[in-house]
Amino acid sequence: MAMLEVEIWRGSGADGAWQRYAVPHEANQTVLDVVTHVQRYLDPSLAYRFACRVGMCGSRAMTVNGRPRWTCRADCPQAARKGRLRIGPLRNLPVIRDLAVDMAPFFEKWRDAEARFVPSADPPDEAVRPDEPERMAADAGIECINCAVCYAACDSVAWNPDYPGPAVLNRLWTLVNDRRDGDRDGHLDAAGAGCHLCRSHQECADACPTGLNPTAAIAGLKRETLRRTLGRLAPGRGR
Amino acid sequence: MKEAWLFAAQRLSALVMAPLVLLHLGVILYAVRGGLSADEILARTEGSLFWGAVYGLFVLAAAVHAPIGLRAVLREWCRWRGAGLDIAMTLFGLVLLVLGLRAMAAVL
Amino acid sequence: MRRGPWWAFLLHRLSGVALAVFLPFHFLVLGLAVERAALDGVLRWTDNPWVKLAEAGLVVLLALHLTGGLRVLLLEFGRWSDRQQSRIALAGGLALLAGFGFLAAAFA
Repeated sequence: MAMLEVEIWRGSGADGAWQRYAVPHEANQTVLDVVTHVQRYLDPSLAYRFACRVGMCGSRAMTVNGRPRWTCRADCPQAARKGRLRIGPLRNLPVIRDLAVDMAPFFEKWRDAEARFVPSADPPDEAVRPDEPERMAADAGIECINCAVCYAACDSVAWNPDYPGPAVLNRLWTLVNDRRDGDRDGHLDAAGAGCHLCRSHQECADACPTGLNPTAAIAGLKRETLRRTLGRLAPGRGR
Repeated sequence: MKEAWLFAAQRLSALVMAPLVLLHLGVILYAVRGGLSADEILARTEGSLFWGAVYGLFVLAAAVHAPIGLRAVLREWCRWRGAGLDIAMTLFGLVLLVLGLRAMAAVL
Repeated sequence: MRRGPWWAFLLHRLSGVALAVFLPFHFLVLGLAVERAALDGVLRWTDNPWVKLAEAGLVVLLALHLTGGLRVLLLEFGRWSDRQQSRIALAGGLALLAGFGFLAAAFA
């Protein structure tokens, strides 16, 4: 039976080391299957996180051969390089143990930006058509599963402790484009505090498992927040 | 709020400079043929309202653009933040402005 | 591991830093124009082929920062396009062209 040469990061906090395991290669094997094999048959002390295993819950993202990926949908032949797999915890987040990271900073930024739907006190009378430009812009970013793969892929997150990250800004852009939302200005102000720190590396779009393009969403936010900033210059416009 | 203004200033100064840089590159390629000389440069610029306006705007936009860009690099790659950085970058902008205007006055 | 847009960013940032460092010296030299002989002294130095080569490098940096900057403005404020790689190639190609144009003009 063909074997995969697997290296997995073991340790807690900042300390740790790569440890080697030999895992039998099977058809249709995902990276998560490899990790599960190690935990069940080779080393039960391995810590990792997963839930649904089918790409809905966003709980089991890891760094696979240097790139952040969702491991449950990452096929081994695709992810492995010459039969080798190196699996580590996500970047830009504190490691709890082994492959499990503390997601709190990721969600705290989400909370602090208040990136959530605010029902409008005065909702539009006419129906929101699925083909209107705003709705299409919102729909383009709606399938986020909060897996933090983009957050781990992003250099701006690594370089700026106060940068909210691609996922939060992508969510804000869907809200800004949602006509039923009652706090467009609030969302733009929240975005304006950090969206310009995006350097358009497009690593987030490249890595996003559901194929979203946060860079394009953030470009939209830069455009709208700039319009708002300049609006403050003109008397009687902006707030 | 401050960051939003700096972003606006950075992009607007870039927009102003884009055609000026293109013009500058054109002049460089034109002027360098046969070597540079002070007479040749000064014959073009001295007493010219056009070149005065072009270089005046250029110096002003560059003095805004360069310190904001440098500030971002120092924050992200050198972890220098806070009031000290902002003061240093303001001074850098002022130095560029003064030296730039001085150079302008010399060739006009 | 890094892809095109990341390298485009790096070139843009490094060329920007280099230009920011060069700019004060550029202004200082032009400031010498109040005395033609002083400016001509520096300009004779630029007749050296190696200095001309370095100047071509500066031209490439300036052109690179211009085309790269236009790319960023288009990316941020234009309609999103998935043809980012071709834009990067175009920006780099035009900048190199400017450098070769300078060399051709300077050594003609």
